[in-house]
Amino acid sequence: MLSIKNLHVSIDNQSILNGINLEVKPGEVHAIMGPNGSGKSTLANVIAGREEYEITAGTMTYKGEDLSAMDINERALEGIFLSFQYPVEIPGVSTSNFMKHIINAGRKHKGLEELDAMQMLKFLREKVKSVGMDESMLKRSLNEGFSGGEKKRNEVLQMAVLEPSLAILDETDSGLDIDALKTVADGVNQLRNLERSFIVVTHYQRLLNYIVPDFVHVLYKGRIVKTGDRHLAVELEAKGYDWIKEEADGVSA
Amino acid sequence: MLILRLNKQKPRRMSDSMQTLEEHTRSDYKYGWSSDFETETIPKGLSEDVVRIISAKKNEPEWLLAWRLEAYKYWLTLKEPKWPNVHYPEINYQDIIFYAAPKAKKLLNSLDEVDPELLETFKKLGVPLDEQKILAGVAVDAVIDSVSVTTTYKETLSELGIIFCSFSEAVQEHPELIKKYLGSVVPHTDNYFAALNSAVFSDGSFCYIPKGVHCPMELSTYFRINAANTGQFERTLIVAEESSQVSYLEGCTAPMRDENQLHAAVVEIVAMDNAFVKYSTVQNWYPGDKNGVGGIYNFVTKRGLCAGYNSKISWTQVETGSAITWKYPSVILKGDNSTGEFYSIAVTNNYQQADTGTKMIHLGKNTKSTIISKGISAGKSQNSYRGLVKIGRKAENARNFSQCDSLLMGDKCGAHTFPYIEVENQSAQIEHEATTSKIGEDQMFYCLQRGLTEEDAVNMIVNGYCKEVFNELPMEFAVEAQKLLAISLEGSVG
Ligand SMILES: Nc1ncnc2c1ncn2[C@@H]1O[C@H](COP(=O)(O)OP(=O)(O)OP(=O)(O)O)[C@@H](O)[C@H]1O
Ligand SMILES: [Mg+2]
Repeated sequence: MLSIKNLHVSIDNQSILNGINLEVKPGEVHAIMGPNGSGKSTLANVIAGREEYEITAGTMTYKGEDLSAMDINERALEGIFLSFQYPVEIPGVSTSNFMKHIINAGRKHKGLEELDAMQMLKFLREKVKSVGMDESMLKRSLNEGFSGGEKKRNEVLQMAVLEPSLAILDETDSGLDIDALKTVADGVNQLRNLERSFIVVTHYQRLLNYIVPDFVHVLYKGRIVKTGDRHLAVELEAKGYDWIKEEADGVSA
Repeated sequence: MLILRLNKQKPRRMSDSMQTLEEHTRSDYKYGWSSDFETETIPKGLSEDVVRIISAKKNEPEWLLAWRLEAYKYWLTLKEPKWPNVHYPEINYQDIIFYAAPKAKKLLNSLDEVDPELLETFKKLGVPLDEQKILAGVAVDAVIDSVSVTTTYKETLSELGIIFCSFSEAVQEHPELIKKYLGSVVPHTDNYFAALNSAVFSDGSFCYIPKGVHCPMELSTYFRINAANTGQFERTLIVAEESSQVSYLEGCTAPMRDENQLHAAVVEIVAMDNAFVKYSTVQNWYPGDKNGVGGIYNFVTKRGLCAGYNSKISWTQVETGSAITWKYPSVILKGDNSTGEFYSIAVTNNYQQADTGTKMIHLGKNTKSTIISKGISAGKSQNSYRGLVKIGRKAENARNFSQCDSLLMGDKCGAHTFPYIEVENQSAQIEHEATTSKIGEDQMFYCLQRGLTEEDAVNMIVNGYCKEVFNELPMEFAVEAQKLLAISLEGSVG
């Protein structure tokens, strides 16, 4: 699905990712943890194609294709989805209108007919329900005035609607109440199958009780310094990052 | 796919229109062709004789000729205004043809008799004139190069006592109304271009809604500048009697030409007690090419008079065209409790310049006005909002709300806001809000990450930004307006 080799990324000549290696196979769930500022969001954004970042070395292949040759929207249409840590607001564009656009863009890409207004409404209503959102949110401007939790639910709604091949969830669980957390997990688990892969960025082991990862990676100073299974998350929760930092700094020193 | 889609058989929802945006992916001006049907013109230049010729050609009564001549003489004493924030070379008024009419071979009774070339023009313009379209419920008074060619629906309307016809026809058929109201809102002394228009106006539309009548369909006029080197000077007059209502649409296109063409129109609206007039414009005159060559100079005076108690006049405009736009649709709130509204989207791209806004003159008690202006500048264009809110001495409890937003695309364009407020009555409540924003990279990235193209993303964001104004447009117009916006902003991303 996704293969990242020796990825180095910098912004304004400041190096942020320093040789990431990551192999995500179809059907796998990878959790990425790590202290603030370690480069998790950067990695997520670079996979999605954000242009401010400069790739100084390394390669990313997605479904066998060189990712760097693909435009942002091409990556999206080919199945890469990023649930944003900070979803943006778009004033004047209703959530339902936005949904219509992205759904039809996706359908068009797949050579499917666009949904008409009635079909769209029906489809959206079902999906909205499935992520525990209030239908009235559809009428409101995208993310404008949404609470933190509502914004995250809205991201999950979009994921549910677009059914991506590779979903990257950047702290989708942060700031959520317990119910919302379960909704996010349900959203992922419902999509989970042998073909679909997930990269779940999180600070909390809690989420991983619901979304059971195949691998847990620890990102530190732009490098994956430790990889394990779900138990690593439990260990981190108990011990914090200091021991990892010491290990890592010890190695690189 | 033009401004006016008259076929209402399958009304589209405003939001659905985005789906068809892909159809509009050419950034070239789409309406750039000129027809070959015979045009009758008079020699270039302006003189007393030219004014007389125009009047004679139109078989006008003596008083109207006198009115024109007075305006012409006054115009001679004026200098072109230089205060707008626009720059263009001196206009040589002796190099303009002031009158061009498609040659009418005889009086036309049905479409079969209309010059096929002309019909083809209408077809390209998307102005359908056939029976099917008549059922659609929009009346059209099409003006091509100054002379109104065909008016549909007249009969349906006349049963209600509504008069909707070309200005010249009104001069012949309803001289008393024209004499009473012509120049009553925009006198020829108002400004340079109003004086010029008064002297040489060639045609336009007249609309009269009798007492108590709510016009059952949207009335619309289509302007198009066709012949080379002609100025277009139309004159529109709308009179809404007590407790009447009308929604009026105006659309414009002009073919591509290298040289600049002048357009100086005058629109006057009068609303009596409890009357409501809604005037919507979608303007996409040729803006000139990417290097700023050619394009229309659009110097227009539009003004409404809320003459009666509780009357209301609402202007909505979507301005995407013209090389230079100079236009301030205004409302004089004379009647107590009257309301004036101005909703505007002005888009400039490449080398376009727009200086547009409104004037709300509060004279009566409890008068209310709302101004919502959305400027969008892209390319190397300059976009200025200029608005005056004036509260007269006797205007107790007047209220105004103004919101002027500017959206910048790229860093070579400019947005300017010039609000003027004059208050002579201390009971007035005036609120003014202004914002300037850019389409954020974060917003773009978010949309692209969901699979939208850059073009779609920009259109969606811009349409969201303009929503308050689109909401004021009649549905069909809103759809066309969105498309126009998409076309004019094409290639302005990145
Ligand atoms: N656009 C940018 N400009 C400058 N510095 C940036 C930019 N984006 C990221 N950085 C820096 O790169 C480093 C990694 O940031 P990133 O957002 O990837 O961290 P993170 O692991 O997601 O942190 P958190 O857990 O707080 O979300 C930080 O030091 C951050 O300040
Ligand atoms: Mg982050």
